[in-house]
Amino acid sequence: MDASTWSRLQFGFTVTFHYLFPQLTMGLALLLVIMKGLALRTGDSRWDDLARFWAKVFAVAFAVGVVTGIPLEFQFGTNWARFSDKAGGVVGLSLALEGLFAFFAESTFLGLFLFGEKKLGPRRHFFTACMVFAGSWLSGYFIIVTNAFMQHPVGHAVDEHGRLQLGSLSTYLFNAWAFWEYAHTMTAAVITGAFVVSAVSAYWILMGRFEHHARAALRLGVIAGFVACVLQLFPTGDRQGKLVADYQPPTLAAMEGKFESSSHAELALIGQPNVEERRLENPIAIPQALSFLAYGSFGATVRGLDDIPRDQWPDNVELLYFAYHIMIGLGTLLLALSALSVLLLWRARLDRARWALWLIMLAFPFPYIATTAGWMTAELGRQPWVVYGIQRTTEATSPTVAAGDVVFSALGFMGLYLVLGVLFLGLVLRLIERGPAPTPAQG
Amino acid sequence: MHATWFTLLGLMMIAYAVLDGFDFGAGALHLFVARTDQERRQVLAAIGPLWDGNEVWLIASGGCFFFAFPRAYAASFSGLYLPLMMVLWLLVLRGLAIELRSMLDHPLWRAAWDATFAGASVLMAVVLGVALGNLVRGVPVDATGYFQEDLFAGGGRAGAIDLFTSAYGAFALATLSAHGATFLVWKTSGELAARARVAAKVLWTITLVLGGLASVMTAIAQPALFAHLPERPWLFLLPVVAIAGAVVALRSLRVHRELRAFLASSAFIAAMLLATAGAMYPVILRSTLDEAFTLDAHNSASGEVGLVTGLLVCMPAVALAVLYFSYLFRSFRGKATSEEHAH
Repeated sequence: MDASTWSRLQFGFTVTFHYLFPQLTMGLALLLVIMKGLALRTGDSRWDDLARFWAKVFAVAFAVGVVTGIPLEFQFGTNWARFSDKAGGVVGLSLALEGLFAFFAESTFLGLFLFGEKKLGPRRHFFTACMVFAGSWLSGYFIIVTNAFMQHPVGHAVDEHGRLQLGSLSTYLFNAWAFWEYAHTMTAAVITGAFVVSAVSAYWILMGRFEHHARAALRLGVIAGFVACVLQLFPTGDRQGKLVADYQPPTLAAMEGKFESSSHAELALIGQPNVEERRLENPIAIPQALSFLAYGSFGATVRGLDDIPRDQWPDNVELLYFAYHIMIGLGTLLLALSALSVLLLWRARLDRARWALWLIMLAFPFPYIATTAGWMTAELGRQPWVVYGIQRTTEATSPTVAAGDVVFSALGFMGLYLVLGVLFLGLVLRLIERGPAPTPAQG
Repeated sequence: MHATWFTLLGLMMIAYAVLDGFDFGAGALHLFVARTDQERRQVLAAIGPLWDGNEVWLIASGGCFFFAFPRAYAASFSGLYLPLMMVLWLLVLRGLAIELRSMLDHPLWRAAWDATFAGASVLMAVVLGVALGNLVRGVPVDATGYFQEDLFAGGGRAGAIDLFTSAYGAFALATLSAHGATFLVWKTSGELAARARVAAKVLWTITLVLGGLASVMTAIAQPALFAHLPERPWLFLLPVVAIAGAVVALRSLRVHRELRAFLASSAFIAAMLLATAGAMYPVILRSTLDEAFTLDAHNSASGEVGLVTGLLVCMPAVALAVLYFSYLFRSFRGKATSEEHAH
């Protein structure tokens, strides 16, 4: 394999691992604000205890998110030097702004939130929680703006050396693609946070421990999870899909396993793409549904891969197809589970329905898998471009870095992150065993 | 606009060196000055709420460098591939050590993370110095605008680490250790602070000696650095400020003016780096092959529209960041106690 493939593998691995943590912290940040807000409004100290507990989980996940985030920014320069050179004048801005506007607020107020509950008093402590939330959600926006530019470049100009320069800041920052991608990503983060909170609460109730706290947290987790699951599908997922249909037709065709163009296009639920023979094997499909979902009309024509030059196809059609279908499948599953939970909650039967608690407890990996699959859909779908329609991924690498160097660093990251993942799991499991402490935090 | 961005970027990197510098220094020293578990928790309580904010200055300067001078960013990061990967691993390990150490009450667990924290801090301090050494000495940028350095120099190939850059590494380790010791005197108490005070005095003396050595080596190896001195006479002030900073730091430690000592120590680092950046301007990556290949603030800058817009949005953000930091330092003013670093 060449340096370019290894660089893709390394970036894919490090970014996938990294994003397991921010999706939890961004989701938890919102839930922490709600918990602290409920504590202020109701005076129920359970919410303070729960906030203190989830803040500990947040802190560990945040630390891992920070240390695994720095390698991503560095890799633009180390492994993707020609991309940095060409696009730095545009995408560098949102990365700089992320550090300046979001990370400073987030790290400052996280220190205050974690260490300052006694010093600050309830109102100012609530304020620090809000700032941590604002900081983490703002940082998410700047990252999405950067990615949205790579997916759908707007607001730039090309200079005499062929480099991309900023043309209009507002066009760049308020890219329509960024708006829907952000909404879709953030509701996904809330799903992850809510399902993790629900799963831990369900575990406590099933074990008969910390039940008083667990019931309150479960209610919050289930309701937040349901609202986010609905928003995930509609309008955010729907609008995101329509953007792909409008601006990345080859991606849509590959995601759906659609090889031949047709009107009244069917939507494949299951099936295996056979790229060599250009057909979908063993399909189960809903007639006309794809035309409607993509373009709002049952008769609309959907372009198939056959109508698209081979050099513009995403270079891994099979993986893209399955990543997309896994995301959709798990998203549907999560929506069904959370709708069921809300129904049981409404009938006041959730606490006693042990089978439902079991399902909630075991479901926590699915938001992670669905989110990862969603990002794989976005990033594999962008191929063969690094900046869609402007720079190919193969033209974006560092000219002087040898494959051996990248193999070395990629293996290093894998080893280091394996240790990191094991430690994180061990520490969080230990926190969960100890549960929420009614007295102020103790070591 | 190029000069403005060069200055802004320089100041942000200096803020990073001063801020993360004290927690590197504290980390490098804590095995020696903090002997008991309680004392080590006190060290971590002193830097606990601050270190990740300090590291944000690195991320933010990285982002600004990427945005303002993409050509130089691309060339330097890809050219120094392996050293940078190791920096990343060190930062990962160091952050983990700080966060995870106190989570388990087990002597071996804590000993392992203490050693990791110390080792990673020492290496990071050295790496920062070596990186600065590379910028001053120059790197083999060729006509394509790129280069690739081995880790160690030898066999006629340029390397990130040679005698010259090692001297910078040693100087940086001494300086940041002295800075970290001064910080610990300010923020901790008891025997820990007393040992840090002794360490600070020794380390400041070593720092001044190594600083003199590094300056002489620079004058011999890179006379080009001094070419702009006649037209920038204000540069002569900075070494004076630096030496004054070190002297004031030492004297203030003696008379127990601890905050003043820390500020003087910060002034030493800032003045040394400012002098270097001021002498280098506009050069960012000096080519050792041909002056024409040098990447500077003009030939590697982004477009004018972007730079002006970027400056307008970045300035308020930097101001906000300074505000946050003042608030953070105020909130955690006073001596740290070991009880505070508890998850």
